[in-house]
Amino acid sequence: MSRPHESAELHVSGAALYTDDLALPAHTLHGAYGLSEVAHGRLCGLELEAARQARDVVDVLTAADVPGVNNYGGIVADDPIFADGEVHYAGQPLFLVVAHEREAARRAARLASARIEPLPAILDIRAAIAAESFVLPSKRLVRGDPDAELARAPQRLSGSVGMGGQDHFYLEGQVAVALPQEDGGMHLWSSTQHPSEVQHLVAAALGVASHAVSVSCRRMGGGFGGKESQPAMIACAAAVAARRSGRPVKIRLDRDIDMLATGKRHDFLADYDVGFDGDGRIRALSVMLASRCGYSADLSGPVSDRAVCHLDNAYFIPHVAIVSHRCRTNTVSNTAFRGFGGPQGMMVIEHILDDIARHLGCDPLAVRRVNLYGIGERNVTPYGQIVEDNILPDLLEQLASEADYAGRRRAVAEWNEREPVIKRGLALTPVKFGISFTKTSYNQAGALLQIYRDGTMLLNHGGTEMGQGLHTKVLDIVARELGVPNAWVRITATDTSKVPNTSATAASSGSDLNGKAAQDAARTLRERLAAFVRERDGVEIGPEDFDGGRVQIGANSIPFAELVEAAYRARISLSATGFYRTPKIHWDMDRLMGRPFYYFAYGAAIVEAAVDTLTGESRLLALDILHDVGHSLNPAIDIGQIEGGFMQGVGWLTSEQLYFDSDGALRTHAPSTYKIPTARDWPERAEVRLFGRPNPEETIYRSKAVGEPPLMLAIAALHAIRDAVAATPGGAGRPRLMAPAVPEAVLRAMGAVCELSEERSPLGDTMGTTSPDATEQTAFRLI
Amino acid sequence: MKQHVSSTVNGEQMEFLCEPDETLLEALRDRLNLTGTKEGCGTGDCGACSVLLDGTLVCSCLVFAPEIEGRELTTVEGIASPEALHPVQRKLLEHAALQCGICTPGVVVAAKALLDANPNPSEEETRYWLAGNLCRCTGYDKIIRAVLDAAAEMRGAAP
Ligand code: FES
Ligand code: FES
Repeated sequence: MSRPHESAELHVSGAALYTDDLALPAHTLHGAYGLSEVAHGRLCGLELEAARQARDVVDVLTAADVPGVNNYGGIVADDPIFADGEVHYAGQPLFLVVAHEREAARRAARLASARIEPLPAILDIRAAIAAESFVLPSKRLVRGDPDAELARAPQRLSGSVGMGGQDHFYLEGQVAVALPQEDGGMHLWSSTQHPSEVQHLVAAALGVASHAVSVSCRRMGGGFGGKESQPAMIACAAAVAARRSGRPVKIRLDRDIDMLATGKRHDFLADYDVGFDGDGRIRALSVMLASRCGYSADLSGPVSDRAVCHLDNAYFIPHVAIVSHRCRTNTVSNTAFRGFGGPQGMMVIEHILDDIARHLGCDPLAVRRVNLYGIGERNVTPYGQIVEDNILPDLLEQLASEADYAGRRRAVAEWNEREPVIKRGLALTPVKFGISFTKTSYNQAGALLQIYRDGTMLLNHGGTEMGQGLHTKVLDIVARELGVPNAWVRITATDTSKVPNTSATAASSGSDLNGKAAQDAARTLRERLAAFVRERDGVEIGPEDFDGGRVQIGANSIPFAELVEAAYRARISLSATGFYRTPKIHWDMDRLMGRPFYYFAYGAAIVEAAVDTLTGESRLLALDILHDVGHSLNPAIDIGQIEGGFMQGVGWLTSEQLYFDSDGALRTHAPSTYKIPTARDWPERAEVRLFGRPNPEETIYRSKAVGEPPLMLAIAALHAIRDAVAATPGGAGRPRLMAPAVPEAVLRAMGAVCELSEERSPLGDTMGTTSPDATEQTAFRLI
Repeated sequence: MKQHVSSTVNGEQMEFLCEPDETLLEALRDRLNLTGTKEGCGTGDCGACSVLLDGTLVCSCLVFAPEIEGRELTTVEGIASPEALHPVQRKLLEHAALQCGICTPGVVVAAKALLDANPNPSEEETRYWLAGNLCRCTGYDKIIRAVLDAAAEMRGAAP
């Protein structure tokens, strides 16, 4: 059995403390937001008097009350803590009511109102492109001569691919408590993947130096990217309120406010033009790729870059041009979400390959196979990185044969021949996901390890625990390096005062970076102890001599604690920091060229789905996954990440619909209308296996990152549904199936219903084919 | 005006004052310091706040605190015995059926209610029963395996 999660016993007994559970000091106040109901407008005034007069209310804050910078944007300073002058989206925080009780604050917030003079709002991607409304300049990546090769290709297709966004729906909503300290200091308990960024932004909002602010987080109830840049919003507001009142202030968003006010996964739209040969092998590809960023930049630059760098997924594209637009809309500012643009990029190429196969009338898997990156040839990505460790051809063949893809393909065809109402579909899609932050400077980590005189130790590192098992893995590494039982190592809250200047726990890199940093600290201390023994006893001891809580010194075995105590008396320092930076990587952000990724993680999934042609409902019948985590640090945790990632991807692509009305208001802002998968949605039969080949790169114990890559295995689920739709008379050819494939979308793709209120689609367009001319226009007008 | 409520919580007689329209979830967390019961939605859609009221599974966010007057309440804190975890808890741990763990208390309570009512549920019955407990991390399969495994063990352990 793999080692259970370090907090498992606390989790099952209800004793694990999340930020909302921490006992508050007496006199703590509670904050509640008032949000804009208008998507775009001039903020002419706020009527706050009724709220101020309400029972238990202590204070009402607006932009004018921020003593420092009214911004929580980490990269670009364009995210106001409170709207100032202009309102940019429906759901934007306008003011904060602070009261003795949370409920009193919430009620009072409803008594206030805003005078907003509406301005024209841009809500969807097409409208933003037409208006050239972008949060950041467009980028272009070109290799070879795509125009000439497109013209020369034996066959050519064009079309559009669209996909919706996704709410994180971390079960624990955003929460922060600001606790004023002496001499202008501020401590925050924040549910955050990025304590250092919260620290720096709170300091800027308060107008104090970074050393006056500290942030800690023991665990989150889910993060998924939604607690990378977003927690700073409420942390800053709580800190400002705490500074003004001199009392602790807590803000916990309820579900609706959380969904209305905080960013989500970017929806994307792509127009493509592809040239290929009779086998479906791509000769050239031109893509206009546009993301809906919302009103501000947030992380949209790197998200869109990663989308560009994953548009190839696992396939060699000899001649390629990708134009990436980062569209500014009057909607919530979209942000990091597991995969960080990668899933959206991959969706595009998988859709294109599926279209090619359907156009040629052959099995989509055959087209995927001929396009895979080669080994030693056809192995350079559009952004110039060589795919050195390509295990995908082996992995894919192993999966296809073990799960009998060919036999099941025949069975599905026979079923569809026979059955008029329930149609089945089958799909195999691969994943190749680049591991490292594209921003090279983020690829560093620190750790702090201190041994006490009884031999137990306290470990801190820069990573945060959001359920992914990071602390379990890192704790294991330290215990292994020092040869002590796991129970002797304790991890406490991630804290900016223990390890400074940390990167977000994101990009799947948590254990790669922090595991190595903690290993470095453990080795430093082990070597110090070995040097002490050398000096004292004249005996050389090595790593293998530290084992089972004892140390072998020549012929003698002594308890680890005894050696520690002796070292203490000899005045040897028993605390050490560790540090790690990822080797080999470099990246030119403007040209989109270099080696952004240390290595790739691979995987593939086969999904079989059934579609009810009368209702449009779909079900997953069977799932086979083979996934590469290198040499696993903890198989149970890794399989958990794979299953959970897959399921979250299935939600994104099949059931979770962010429905914005024509005024730009999100109408699905609670689980009653926004449907994440439930226990009934897991496939009836599922087989999830690890590929088990060690990482050729020198990562921590040759493991590979596992947080994000499995999410993209869910693309197989969408394509299985598309395959089933293609078996209906109305869906034959290249079905116009848009993600999420909710029943309405499936019915529409089968041609079973007439077009429904298309203008309300978040993408501003229906899916499917557009004429090559139209594609040409959108793709190249802005280059 | 605050209301006085007295009831049996996890086998202990408890009294507290609360607002008449305060939810049981708020009272548990803020007044009784029983923070194992979580809020995921506040609207009865996620199951994170599951508790047993006179043995019946309810969402504590949909119950007013004064409604438990004179009744018997079990929260996640009352599921384990002082000596050992309940089989459902132990199996969730062994099957690695938790990640961030914030849905876990609700799952524990809901699964216990299922097994109290039906010691031998089918996989499908288990999936339907737990469909009201949202989990954003796991994909659910390990949770279902753990609950079925706990059921089997409890049947075997029964005389
Ligand atoms: S908090 Fe009660 S069901 Fe979600
Ligand atoms: S383990 Fe995180 S929500 Fe279930």
